[in-house]
Amino acid sequence: MIHSLFLINNVGDLFLEKHWKSVISRSVCDYFFEAREKAGEPDNVPPVIRTPHHYLINIYRDKIFFVSVIQTEVPPLFVIEFLHRVAETFQDYFGECSETTIKENMVIVYELLEEMLDNGFPLATESNILKELIRPPNILRTMVNTITGSSNVGETLPTGQLSTIPWRRAGVKYTNNEAYFDVVEEIDAILDKSGTTVFAEIQGVIDACVKLSGMPDLTLSFMNPRLLDDVSFHPCVRYKRWESERVISFIPPDGNFQLMSYHISAQNLVAIPVYVKQNISFFESGSSGRLDITVSPKQTMGKVVECVVVTIHMPKVVLSASLNATQGTYKYDPLTKILVWDIGKLNPQNTQKQPNLKGSLSLQSGAPKPEENPSLNIDLKIQQLAISGLKVNRLDMYGEKYKPFKGVKYVTKAGKFQVRT
Amino acid sequence: MSASSAFSDEKGGSSSEPEYGHDPASGGIFSSDYKRHDDLKEMLDSNKDSLKLEAMKRIVAMIARGKNASDLFPAVVKNVACKNIEVKKLVYVYLVRYAEEQQDLALLSISTFQRGLKDPNQLIRASALRVLSSIRVTIIVPIMMLAIKEAASDMSPYVRKTAAHAIPKLHSLDPDQKDQLIEVIEKLLADKTTLVAGSVVMAFEEVCPDRIDLIHKNYRKLCNLLIDVEEWGQVVIINMLTRYARTQFLNPNINESLLEEGSEKAFYASDDEEDEDKKAEAAALAKRKPYVMDPDHRLLLRNTKPLLQSRNAAVVMAVAQLYFHLAPKAEVGVIAKALVRLMRSHSEVQYVVLQNVATMTIKRRGMFEPYLKSFYIRSTDPTQIKILKLEVLTNLANETNISTILREFQTYIKSMDKDFVAASIQAIGRCATNIGEVRDTCLNGLVQLLSNRDELVVAESVVVIKKLLQMQPEQHSDIIKHMAKLIDNIQVPMARASILWLIGEYCEHVPKIAPDVLRKMAKTFTNEEDIVKLQIINLAAKLYLTNSKQTKLLTQYVLNLAKYDQNYDIRDRARFIRQLIVPTDKSGALSKYAKKLFLALKPAPVLESPFKDRDHFQLGSLSHLLNAKASGYQELPDWPESAPDPSVRNVEIPEWSKCTSRKDRKEKKVEKPFYSDSEGESGPTESADSESDSGSGSESASGSEESRSARSGSESEDSGEESESEEEEEDEEDQKKKKKRLEKTKARKAVEESAESEQSSGAEDRKRSRKMVKNQKSVSESDSESESSESEEESEEESEEESESDTDIRKKKAPVSKPPPKPSKKESKKENKEMSLLDLDDFEPAPASAPVTPVNFLSSSLVSDLEGLSLTDTILAPTTIAPSGSIKMYELLHRITGEGLAVEYCFSRQPFSPDPNMVAVQIQFTNNTNAETKNLHIEEPRLQSGMRIREFSEIEVLAANESVTVVMGIDFCDSTQAANFQLCTHTRKFYVSIQPPVGELMTPAFLTENDFKKEQGKLMGMNEISEKLTLGDKCVNEHVIVERVTATANLSRVPCGSDKECRFAGKTVSSGSLVLVTVAMKDSAGAQLTVNCEKMVIGTMLVKDILQALSQ
Repeated sequence: MIHSLFLINNVGDLFLEKHWKSVISRSVCDYFFEAREKAGEPDNVPPVIRTPHHYLINIYRDKIFFVSVIQTEVPPLFVIEFLHRVAETFQDYFGECSETTIKENMVIVYELLEEMLDNGFPLATESNILKELIRPPNILRTMVNTITGSSNVGETLPTGQLSTIPWRRAGVKYTNNEAYFDVVEEIDAILDKSGTTVFAEIQGVIDACVKLSGMPDLTLSFMNPRLLDDVSFHPCVRYKRWESERVISFIPPDGNFQLMSYHISAQNLVAIPVYVKQNISFFESGSSGRLDITVSPKQTMGKVVECVVVTIHMPKVVLSASLNATQGTYKYDPLTKILVWDIGKLNPQNTQKQPNLKGSLSLQSGAPKPEENPSLNIDLKIQQLAISGLKVNRLDMYGEKYKPFKGVKYVTKAGKFQVRT
Repeated sequence: MSASSAFSDEKGGSSSEPEYGHDPASGGIFSSDYKRHDDLKEMLDSNKDSLKLEAMKRIVAMIARGKNASDLFPAVVKNVACKNIEVKKLVYVYLVRYAEEQQDLALLSISTFQRGLKDPNQLIRASALRVLSSIRVTIIVPIMMLAIKEAASDMSPYVRKTAAHAIPKLHSLDPDQKDQLIEVIEKLLADKTTLVAGSVVMAFEEVCPDRIDLIHKNYRKLCNLLIDVEEWGQVVIINMLTRYARTQFLNPNINESLLEEGSEKAFYASDDEEDEDKKAEAAALAKRKPYVMDPDHRLLLRNTKPLLQSRNAAVVMAVAQLYFHLAPKAEVGVIAKALVRLMRSHSEVQYVVLQNVATMTIKRRGMFEPYLKSFYIRSTDPTQIKILKLEVLTNLANETNISTILREFQTYIKSMDKDFVAASIQAIGRCATNIGEVRDTCLNGLVQLLSNRDELVVAESVVVIKKLLQMQPEQHSDIIKHMAKLIDNIQVPMARASILWLIGEYCEHVPKIAPDVLRKMAKTFTNEEDIVKLQIINLAAKLYLTNSKQTKLLTQYVLNLAKYDQNYDIRDRARFIRQLIVPTDKSGALSKYAKKLFLALKPAPVLESPFKDRDHFQLGSLSHLLNAKASGYQELPDWPESAPDPSVRNVEIPEWSKCTSRKDRKEKKVEKPFYSDSEGESGPTESADSESDSGSGSESASGSEESRSARSGSESEDSGEESESEEEEEDEEDQKKKKKRLEKTKARKAVEESAESEQSSGAEDRKRSRKMVKNQKSVSESDSESESSESEEESEEESEEESESDTDIRKKKAPVSKPPPKPSKKESKKENKEMSLLDLDDFEPAPASAPVTPVNFLSSSLVSDLEGLSLTDTILAPTTIAPSGSIKMYELLHRITGEGLAVEYCFSRQPFSPDPNMVAVQIQFTNNTNAETKNLHIEEPRLQSGMRIREFSEIEVLAANESVTVVMGIDFCDSTQAANFQLCTHTRKFYVSIQPPVGELMTPAFLTENDFKKEQGKLMGMNEISEKLTLGDKCVNEHVIVERVTATANLSRVPCGSDKECRFAGKTVSSGSLVLVTVAMKDSAGAQLTVNCEKMVIGTMLVKDILQALSQ
């Protein structure tokens, strides 16, 4: 299946190669560079590139291209999903997935890749198994290792791979047993010029951090499971239980993992937490433009909207902006043509004085005025609220005697939230 | 030896050279590099592990960066037996990378791995095999082969998995080993562990994907294991099973697809006759073969469906393509939601998913229509995603949603991304051609775009307008004029060419302008692009033919210019046209027809999606994405005309499969009435047929089958829920009527069959309780959630199929009960009959009575009568009835695994006299061999703590073809944990286990109404479990409910004042905790089930079981 993997950074340096079958010359990447050149933006590189003898399937993540070489038919999603899994593993091990961390931990990276694929077919992709095989680096261990000469590779061989629950390692022990769940919801929306909703939906995930000893069997139930329209689960979740009882029953992996993701059924009206009034116009004469944006809270369920950021990709002809913000700060980068207005908190009480950004834009003289108005991307965060109203009812644990500490946190964020102008 | 090592040295040396060549400053670094390698060698030779490790780390870092480290091979390979695990692993990494280049030296390491293969630790065995098989050295092929064969029968599934992984490695190294490897694959395919399944199917796909026959025997197992296989294995298995199903089952959409084809063909009126022939043929075909889904086909669909919820996009896609290629049209819809979900994922995933969605939307537009808005485009999407979304939106456009889509398109046209704008204009053009109503609106919009400042936009608009105008040029001469003016400004060649073609084609509509345009173009001819030049020649020719007076000279001029053009295409064209249009004495017959040639009416272009017909590639595959066959792609076969023998999938010896397959067919026939709506026509023939011959029997249902499919089509279109549910009910009623009628005509058969189905449902029960997998779709929650009618219908069908597939399970067991000697056989038969009667009596006691023997009838009606007397006589009734009415036999030891000894057991529900805390289990041994079996007894019970067994006394001799029944007692400690023990004969030992359904863990308790209320009052709160349910259509009255509940659990009925409520009480056998069950009936089919029990686990499980029993 997957023949080789090349990691290439943003500027086109190939800094790691790994082959699972016979070696393929790195010159095969020339086809990739060609496509990269043609695409302009890294986002636009086609995920599948055809070359005379191979197929290159690549993903772009954290400013690194993961380019895999394929020789025969294989479902492209299989490879793409796997490459993302590799990137996630790196992130899990090194805190971030970047060229520097990969270069620093070259040997661990190589060992990981060796374990994850056998002959190009995925072997161990569960982070719990991998962590048993190869311990993630940390400062203390590095020091101990240099002094004692012990190694990062697990002395014991992984038992997880043999069990029917490969995602959990055996013999987990904690002094403080705790289980935290974060319900994170994102609002995807497109609003049109007049502020009416063209499209809005809520997507959510439940991230879990479970540190429980032994083999706990957890059951999580919701107050209102009917809200959930479409769900996808971590493999540990028993699907039949969900189907029949609408509870989530699982033996959790150890540590951090994403328990489930869901989509709120389309019938439910989506509350849009902010209202944006905007007016951006360009003038034919005098090569200038005007910008006036007001953001105010709306349908926030009594919670404070935080971290509000408005991002605008300006047309190329906009040279600079001289604006005045009543709250927060703004920044215009004339190179990337991105205007960022960081508002911060929206005060629900003070309805008279809403954050406002107003001023003029100066355009390149002589150029025709841009035809299109840039659209606004909005970022926000509301703590302690799941905007869909989803509520966790209770969490029960079976199979272990101790009493765990449990916690649930709710956050609402803006997903792909766009206002057209 | 020395020669070979010299060779390898030399090779190493030479291959290390390019590395230095890579380095720009090779001269300076060469020496230092060389030195560094020297010190690496030193470190590797030292006896300190830390130094070795350091050296290996540096070497691996070199490999990772693509630097050559092959000259270190001898130094590294020495450390293959190093004690330090990390060093060892890194040596493996090195070895696998360079062994191919240094084959002779690599051989030195082989013995270490061979030793590893014998290690007692399974993980060491596995890793040894893994490295050994990764070393690509041809000399060791025999060793690898041996190791793989050995590992394939290893005790540890993990080692077997590694063996499966090794198979493709060896195959790519030496394809000659294929035959032997196939043997290993065959062996591993039979493996029952989930760990191995994915890997071996992977090996199968790489080595022998065409050996579909190897799958037959493992098909059902793979389907059942699927959900527990790791995600990557799931993808491979699903893709393989898709192909398999295409070869083994019939097209579930056979009727629809014929209809589709017919209507599509009607567009091309030209080849009418042929078409009609075909249609008639097709209709005949449809008549001949009504479609009944193979239960195995259903099994696959059912078992893959939950995987749509996987977090892994590849798995979801695999299931989606499976449904797209295999599912009946009405069921494909389920995948849409999951695919839309994937669109939230990474952009690469989006890209692939959108490609597939685009293909699907062409075939099945309705599926994605509800999700239209999910394909709306954001300005931040990458261009390639935008264009794909646009494609999907265009495919989804129809009369109803076109206005919203066009409004969206309007915003897209203003985008900054010009490629995307061009694609949007194309999309508008396609919408306009496909949907006649909006053509004028679109055209007007596009004409407005002609005044856009961006030239690309204008050019694209021109091209699209040209195509649109071709459809009705008469009405739009002003647009043509407008475009003629544009020729002065537009520079994009394609647009210029399009305008010229338009003017030439419709020069009659613009007689004054056309010659002038030609004049201008003649002036600039030499500077034009080739494509424009060709169109200028074209224009000139057309004008010459229509208006030679004004344009003769101009045409001559243009043709002369073209004659000396650099491009030979243009020269050719000029020469050809001159011959054709300019009359000379030599000009042939063709020139007479010049006008006809040039000014013929051209059909308007059909703007087609580039994704049309892509679905002949298996969706989700690389080939589909590229729209070209990738190497190693396995064609998705067409559905077979007639289904291959389904019995090949039976895991039985042939002698029995024959007989069972016949029975299978019989069973299907009984189900057919369910499908048929038009009772009057098909009914009588049906039953007559089924009486006579099985082959013709299937013919008769065809008409009704068709009408059903037609109806279901109309259903899916309008989503009025109620009307459909009504129809649903009608269906059911039909079914009932049918059954009634059938009963009359061939009651005896029906009796037998329903007996079988009863038994099979028992088998299913057992399966469920053992595997903790709920097979049947339980209607546990009376959901207010509006479930679409389609899914209802589906579940209906599912349960239908369920019983079919159950018979398969039964098939395995059926023979067991057959061979025993007469007395017991009679007994069991009697039992069966009784059961079947109960079953029939469910809703219609009277008509069944006629052909049945009076004794049986009496007993059955007695049952219901007794139960009816609940107020006075409740206590006795259920206890006496339960054992006779609903004993389910479970299999303990299959005849085949038991080498002729078959063992079945049932819960007799009699108190176990030696120990009241034990559940009595009645065990029946049947000796199917020709020899005596001696000394049957139990050994080595392995029990959960607290559980006890009282063994039956040893059976000294069991003669050939005899059977014997004994009773043993088991104290299950009120849990459904299985009791495991060994069953021993004089020659063999078999591991067996008995797992009780929760209902068997209790004995009836006798309470009065008041006692019941009192006890119930004590068991409130946590101890009370209450569920709403919808009663199954057969649970029409109290009797049935009582019967169902008592069949499920060993309870006795408690008198009750209200006739809307049934109460039951029992005690758990070992601890004597009370179990109270209340079923309160509400209006229509609703009911409330309440279970009060101190033991919550028992309570929950009981609720589940009763719910299941009642909602069927």
